[in-house]
Amino acid sequence: MIDKPVMIITGTRKGIGKYLAEYYTEKKFQVVGCSRGNVDFELDNYHHFTLDVCEEGDVKKMFSNIRKTYGRLDVLINNAGVASMNHVLLSPLKKTQDIINTNFIGTFLFCREAGKIMKKRNHGRIINFTSVGTKLKIEGEAAYTASKAAVENLTEVLSREYSEFGITVNAVGPTPVKTDLIRSVPKEKIENITKRQAINRLTENKDISNVTDFFIKYESEFITGQIIYLGGA
Amino acid sequence: MKINKKDIITVIINEASSIIDLENDKINFDTTIYGNDSRLDSLGLINLIVAVEQNIEDEFDVTITLADDRAMSQKRSPFNTVGTLTNYIEILLKEELND
Repeated sequence: MIDKPVMIITGTRKGIGKYLAEYYTEKKFQVVGCSRGNVDFELDNYHHFTLDVCEEGDVKKMFSNIRKTYGRLDVLINNAGVASMNHVLLSPLKKTQDIINTNFIGTFLFCREAGKIMKKRNHGRIINFTSVGTKLKIEGEAAYTASKAAVENLTEVLSREYSEFGITVNAVGPTPVKTDLIRSVPKEKIENITKRQAINRLTENKDISNVTDFFIKYESEFITGQIIYLGGA
Repeated sequence: MKINKKDIITVIINEASSIIDLENDKINFDTTIYGNDSRLDSLGLINLIVAVEQNIEDEFDVTITLADDRAMSQKRSPFNTVGTLTNYIEILLKEELND
């Protein structure tokens, strides 16, 4: 079994996922990342799988590989996500299904398979990604916020189901972050969201790693089933 | 790869004996895993299924999901006895390995 802690981060090709992969490899984690496309970066202590997070067979093979290669899994960060801004009356069903598949089914699958490995050492930290959009009920994001509401409930139920295995399950809910996810959202719309927060600004990467650090650390073994929204949303 | 039923039973019995603290020779094809006569509680069943799934993966070098849609929708659960679980794993392996 490998000495250093092993962490999975989904959606590492760009944005928050890429930042977290860089951040935690620096912190001496063995990071295993995945995304639908190949990555254009190389990092020490980093291994990449190219897969779709909601393809069960591929996900199972990835976990089997991690179990056989490293013999342990300490942290799972379910970052992979897609969004689409649309009024419900103009929302294509296929796009809606894609959002539910990536954001919820992907998170569900990774939580299920991670639990199987983590329980063996009676230790694990799972961190899911939700959004302030769910809390603020943002118009135009019905499918996205519904998928994240599902992730929040999954987080809360899993925290109970996994407690006897020494696994904590929590979620972080960022405000809009400057990534491709909000590229197509009008500036005015973003401002309307940040205005509803206690602190009126976009989320920065370090705001997210601050929360993931908190959930991961050893002393947080009694912190589970919690949703932390950033910016006072 | 040839699938040997004995290898599958051995994996199940080894895991079951450690979880329910019973000697290997006291567990056989008819031993109840899931149901009223089972010595396993619900957590024990989860532990057994996960451990068997991982050991089957290691033994046969394939990835399978024991608690799949087919297993969960059958009238008679494949998790009832050591025997029914063995038969179900054999089916999954045959499909996976095109045996």
